[in-house]
Amino acid sequence: MYQIVKKEVLNDVVELMEVHAPHVARKCEAGQFIILRVGEDGERIPLTIADYDREKETITIIYQIVGYSTQVLASLKEGDEITDFVGPLGEPTVLHQHERVVGVAGGVGSAPLYPQLRALAQKGVKVDVIIGGREAQYVLWADKFKEFCENVYIATDDGSLGQKGWVTTVLQQLIDEGQTIDEVIAIGPVPMMKAVVGVTKPHNIKTSVSLNPIMIDGTGMCGCCRVTVDGKIKFACVDGPDFDGLVVDFDELIARQKMFKRQESHVCNLTGVKR
Amino acid sequence: MPNMSLEKVKMPEQEPNVRNKNFEEVTYGYTSEQAVEEATRCLNCRHQPCKQGCPVGVPIPEFIQEVCQGNFEEAYQIITQENALPAICGRVCPQENQCEGKCVRAIKGESVGIGRLERFVADYHRENSESTAPAIEKNGKKVAVIGSGPAGITCAGELAKKGYEVTVFEALHKVGGVLVYGIPEFRLPKDLVAQEVQTIKDMGVKFETNVVVGRSMTIDELLEEGYEGIFIGSGAGLPRFQNIPGENLNGVYAANEFLTRVNLMKGYEFPTYATPVDVSKNVCVIGAGNVAMDAARTAKRLGAENVYIVYRRGEEEIPAREEEVHHAKEEGIIFKLLTNPTRILGEDGWVSAMECVEMELGEPDESGRRRPVVKADSEFVIETGTVIVSIGQSPNPLIRQTTPGLDTQSWGGIIVDEETMKTSKDAVYAGGDVVTGAATVILAMGAGKTAAKAIDEKLSQK
Repeated sequence: MYQIVKKEVLNDVVELMEVHAPHVARKCEAGQFIILRVGEDGERIPLTIADYDREKETITIIYQIVGYSTQVLASLKEGDEITDFVGPLGEPTVLHQHERVVGVAGGVGSAPLYPQLRALAQKGVKVDVIIGGREAQYVLWADKFKEFCENVYIATDDGSLGQKGWVTTVLQQLIDEGQTIDEVIAIGPVPMMKAVVGVTKPHNIKTSVSLNPIMIDGTGMCGCCRVTVDGKIKFACVDGPDFDGLVVDFDELIARQKMFKRQESHVCNLTGVKR
Repeated sequence: MPNMSLEKVKMPEQEPNVRNKNFEEVTYGYTSEQAVEEATRCLNCRHQPCKQGCPVGVPIPEFIQEVCQGNFEEAYQIITQENALPAICGRVCPQENQCEGKCVRAIKGESVGIGRLERFVADYHRENSESTAPAIEKNGKKVAVIGSGPAGITCAGELAKKGYEVTVFEALHKVGGVLVYGIPEFRLPKDLVAQEVQTIKDMGVKFETNVVVGRSMTIDELLEEGYEGIFIGSGAGLPRFQNIPGENLNGVYAANEFLTRVNLMKGYEFPTYATPVDVSKNVCVIGAGNVAMDAARTAKRLGAENVYIVYRRGEEEIPAREEEVHHAKEEGIIFKLLTNPTRILGEDGWVSAMECVEMELGEPDESGRRRPVVKADSEFVIETGTVIVSIGQSPNPLIRQTTPGLDTQSWGGIIVDEETMKTSKDAVYAGGDVVTGAATVILAMGAGKTAAKAIDEKLSQK
C-alpha cells in the first residue's frame, strides 16, 4: 500500500497528492507516468508524474476530478493509502540542448510540464511557458514556473487572468513577433495539443506532445493505448508518452478517448459524478 | 481387470446454452466414483509413453494407480513431486498433444483422461486436506524471479523447496500472469489460481506486485542488490496486429486488452468493478488459438448474439486445444474458416463491418501447415461492431531494452541454452513465452523447472 503523505486542493476540480512510492521515486525522470488503483474493484488510471523527491521517496501527482475513478481517488485523505501505485512507466522526456524552448500547458497539463521545463532550465536552456485555463482558478502553478522561466504568459477563456483567449493566441503572437523558438512542448487536453500543432506546423517548429490515451496495464501488454504517429501504430505506454506532435494523428486519438464514454456516463449517473 | 471402455468417462458440465451466459466454470470435474472408473482404464503399461509426453515429467501411471485404489491424497503427493500447479494443468494443458497423445489406449478409442484425473486429484486435495506449510531449511541464497506467470511461479516454487530465498517481482497488481489476466474464469477459476499461488507462498516465496522490472528497477540493479541468480519469465505480452486498415477504430480490441478488462479487471461485473468493457451484437474474433477461443466465448457471455471466429486456415490447422474448440462450438460460436480479414470498415470512428476474402489451402509452408492462398473474387463483408484481434503476442521489450549483455532474437525472444535456460548474461536465466514466443502454460512451467535445476546446480557449487 502507498501512503498519501500530503494532499492539497488546487481548485474546485483539481487536487494534488504526494504519495510514498519508493520504487517509483528512486528511478523516475521527467515525462514518465504512474498507474494507480484505489480499492479491489478499482480501475487502473494513468497519471503523469508532476514531481518527485528521491530522499522522501515520494511522487507528486495532480489529477482533475472528471469521472468515477478520480472521484474515488479524491475521497482519500492525507494518511490514507492507495491500493496500487506502479511506475515509473513510459520513456523519460528527451531533453534537447536547445537555445530556447516554449512550454504550453492546458489545465492539469501544468503538472507534467513542470519537471520537464525545470530540467531544461537546469541544463541552461532558456524557457518560457504559456499556461491556459478556462478561468483564473484553473491556471495552475504560474508561481512555480516563475522560479525558472524567463516569461510566464497566461491565457484564460474569460480574461479573468492574463490575456483573454487561448494558449494558441499567445503562441501565435510570439511567433509573429519573430521570436526564435527551437522547440515547443505542449501538454494538455488533446484538442489543445492539436491546436498548438496547428500553429507550429506551418513554421515547422519542433513540437513535442505528451499523449494520454486510455490505458490498462501501462507496460505494453494490452495495446489499448495505441496511437498513430507518422502512419505507424505506437503504444503510448512504452513508446511514449512523448511524441513528435507534428506527425501525431490527433483526430484518431480524440475518437479513441470516447471508446467507453457511454459506460462511463452510466456509472456517473449511478454515482452522481458530473462529467 | 482394466476397464476396457473405448471412451473416457464423461465429465459433468454446464449445459451449453446455460453456461454461455455466465462466467462460472464450464466443467464440474469428476466425482470420486467417476475418477476411479476412469483411472481403471489405464493399462499401467510397461513403456509409460504418457510420461515422455509431459513437459514436467509427472509420474502419470503411478498417480493413476493410486486413484484406482481410492488413495487420492497419495496420488496428489506423487503429482506434486514434479508439478506444483496440478489444478491448473489439469484444466489448461493441451493433453491431446502431450501425455494423452501418447497413451496406448488412444490407438483404439480415447486415451485415458489424464488431465481430468489430474484435475480431480488436485481438487480433491484442495477440498479435503489441510495444507501444511512444509518445513524447509533456508540456505541463505537470494534468487529473483521476474514475472509471476506459470514459468515464474514454477521456478520460484522449485527453488524455494531447495531452500533459496526467492522474491518474485510482478508488474501488475495481482499475482498469476496470464493465469489471471488471460485465461477466463469459466475455464480457470481465479480463486483456484490464488490457492495454488498460496501453496507457493507457504514455501516461503515472497511476491512483490507493482514492480516493473526494466522500469522500476533493472536486472543489473537486482544483481547489485545481492540476488545471486535471476530468472526472467516475463511472458509474451506485446500484442500483434494484422496491419490492415481500420485497426485503430473504436470497437477493435487486442485480445489481451479485451481479456484483461474482463478477467483481471472484472469488467463483466461493471459497474460494481469500475473497468468498462463492451461488445456489440456481432463480434468477430481474428485467429483460432486458445486466446481466440477464450475471447470468443467471453464475448458470447457478455451478451453478443453472433460471435465469429475468423481464421485464414482450415479446421485441421486450428491451433487451440480440442476441448476449447468443442466447447466453443457447443456454445454457439460460429467458425468462419479459410477466411482472412482485409479491412475493418468504420462509421464515425466506430467499427461497422469487416471485409474478408475466402482462402484455399496450397502447399505446406515452413511451419508444415498448408499455406492459405486467396481465392479470386471472393471478397465479402461481415457486419460487426466489435473486432478482437487474436493473432499472437511478442515478448515485452522492457527488459531487453534495459539489460546490456542480454542476447535476443530479431523478433525479441531471449536467447537461452535449452539445457539450462541460461542466457548470454552471467547468473541470468529465462524461460516461458519470453523465450519461445506465445506457447502453453505447461511448456512455460517446464522451462521454469529446468532453470530452477540449473540455478541450483550453479549456486550450490559456490
